[in-house]
Amino acid sequence: MSSAATTVAQSAQQSAPEPAPASAFLEHSAVEESPTAAAAQGAAAQGAVARPAAGYSGYKLVPARHPWRWVGTAVVALGVVAVAWSLATNPRWEWGVVAQWFTAQSVVNGLVETLKLTAISGALGFVLGFILALMRLSASPLLLSVSWTFSWIFRSTPLLVQMLLWYNLGYLYEKISLGIPFTDIRFFEVQTTTLISQFAAAVLGLTLNQAAYSAEIIRGGILSVDPGQLEAAAALGIPAWRRSTRIVLPQAMRAILPTAFNEIIGLVKGTSIVYVLAYSELFYTVQVIYNRTQQVLPLLLVATLWYVAITSVLSIFQYYIERHYSKGAVRNLPLTPLQKARKFFSTHPAVNFDRAKDAR
Amino acid sequence: MSTAESPTTAAPAAAATRGHVEITNVRKSFGGTEVLKGVSLTVPPGGVAVIVGPSGSGKSTLLRTINHLEKVDGGYITIDGQLVGYQLRGNKLHELREKDILEQRTDIGMVFQNFNLFPHLTALENVTEAPVVALHRNKAGARKRALELLDRVGLKDRADAYPRQLSGGQQQRVAIARALALDPKILLFDEPTSALDPELVNEVLDVIRELATSGTTLIIVTHEMGFARDVADTVVFMDEGQIVEQGSPREIFANPREPRTRSFFSKVIEPAFNI
Repeated sequence: MSSAATTVAQSAQQSAPEPAPASAFLEHSAVEESPTAAAAQGAAAQGAVARPAAGYSGYKLVPARHPWRWVGTAVVALGVVAVAWSLATNPRWEWGVVAQWFTAQSVVNGLVETLKLTAISGALGFVLGFILALMRLSASPLLLSVSWTFSWIFRSTPLLVQMLLWYNLGYLYEKISLGIPFTDIRFFEVQTTTLISQFAAAVLGLTLNQAAYSAEIIRGGILSVDPGQLEAAAALGIPAWRRSTRIVLPQAMRAILPTAFNEIIGLVKGTSIVYVLAYSELFYTVQVIYNRTQQVLPLLLVATLWYVAITSVLSIFQYYIERHYSKGAVRNLPLTPLQKARKFFSTHPAVNFDRAKDAR
Repeated sequence: MSTAESPTTAAPAAAATRGHVEITNVRKSFGGTEVLKGVSLTVPPGGVAVIVGPSGSGKSTLLRTINHLEKVDGGYITIDGQLVGYQLRGNKLHELREKDILEQRTDIGMVFQNFNLFPHLTALENVTEAPVVALHRNKAGARKRALELLDRVGLKDRADAYPRQLSGGQQQRVAIARALALDPKILLFDEPTSALDPELVNEVLDVIRELATSGTTLIIVTHEMGFARDVADTVVFMDEGQIVEQGSPREIFANPREPRTRSFFSKVIEPAFNI
């Protein structure tokens, strides 16, 4: 192979000086390489009429202009400024009231309850969802249909109805007991109303509902992994649980995470539905306050700003978690915004320091 | 590449004593189609059997029954006298529990057409995973052994690379190291070079050639006829779920007895192919 390449190169060298090259570009390079082709230059220059004798190398490049892009940018900027101006100057937004209540003890307590509900039902929901997803993918028809039925029921009923049902479980079943069915043997018995507090009903409702949805998200992620991965793991003698958690799940995570974060962010705001149980989370708390003070919009704004804050923090988490699971899926990980900033400041300050020195 | 060097008799090097594969009358159907119609094949310890044949002839399925990735519908397979995937109780063969099947598989390495490396683990982690989890070896020992194996396939300096950062040939060599990490008695190769660019085929075949003299029993499904001729003790020609003919490379390639074998080779081997 290398000998063939050498032959080609040799023949190219031999043939170069002989005929006048057809294209101007070929001619140009030939001039640099061999002075013997100088005669050919004149012949080719006659062919290219409008072209300067020295080529285009001396000219400056000017990018195309996009005037409409500037017009569009100006219109949007104007709109943004108008909205910001009205937010700042319209006294009915009552920013003073917003500031007053934003960090009020009762609001912060409500916020803590919201975070607690989100964390507990989110975590339990996804654990249960993972188990349901595995059941749905199992070879056992019983496990499969139980999982399917669970998702079917909890996705078909409104969350509001589920909440009220759990809270009123005591009406349907006065006592909850653990024992052997169809006998009188009881290990444990308790009044339903003492067991199902507002908090328990809220967590139960949110968790079960979340599990039904996350089961499908996780199942979708698992299905997106090449079956060859499971086969290779099985051929290596890796046990089933380890195959799921170490081989399949980390790969499925890439497909699961974007949708899962959608769900969790939805859940943060979804917790506001527990106001029907008079459970004092963030939304219920601001409702109680504005019913007393009649400052409806500013207080809704307080709740909104907190939801925005939580969502922003979650979005940052999402970015870094997705990045973690993209190891091996991309050849080189792109820099994080922080890394980009650090790189910018590590390459640019040199200029500033020099300037500082000059000033001295 | 000269013919004189190629082993033509079933005389494995290193006096191997383990890895005797006995396939007896194996049947397998998918839906209504019978893809294995009573296949019997013996590979002695340290032997190298290369299975060739047209697509859909059941080669890969046969290979996959050897480590019970595919359950047989009839017949049985033994390795060193021990049944694969089943045990005899009374007068019935009962399928083993998952745990025992997984344990059997640690004696049988497998290399896939599409490599099937774990893309989220580095080359080194790919190789150490099974020894640590399936054979309960300690991590430091497994790591040391994995580096030796990566060195053996010429990839010691790529130990920390992820599969997607490697070329196809390099990925397949990592996959071979991964299979070797369990110190298997038998290695199964399912068209190991079919997904590779032609220029990368040889780097993988060279590794397999080296293994052929190591005393491990190799069973290889391939379309590389030149390689089959060089490396095989026994060439097995399969068609339509049956073994049509088997013998030494010289017998099979130069003097095939069956018309079906002759017509297959006339299509896949160029006329200038010299035995």
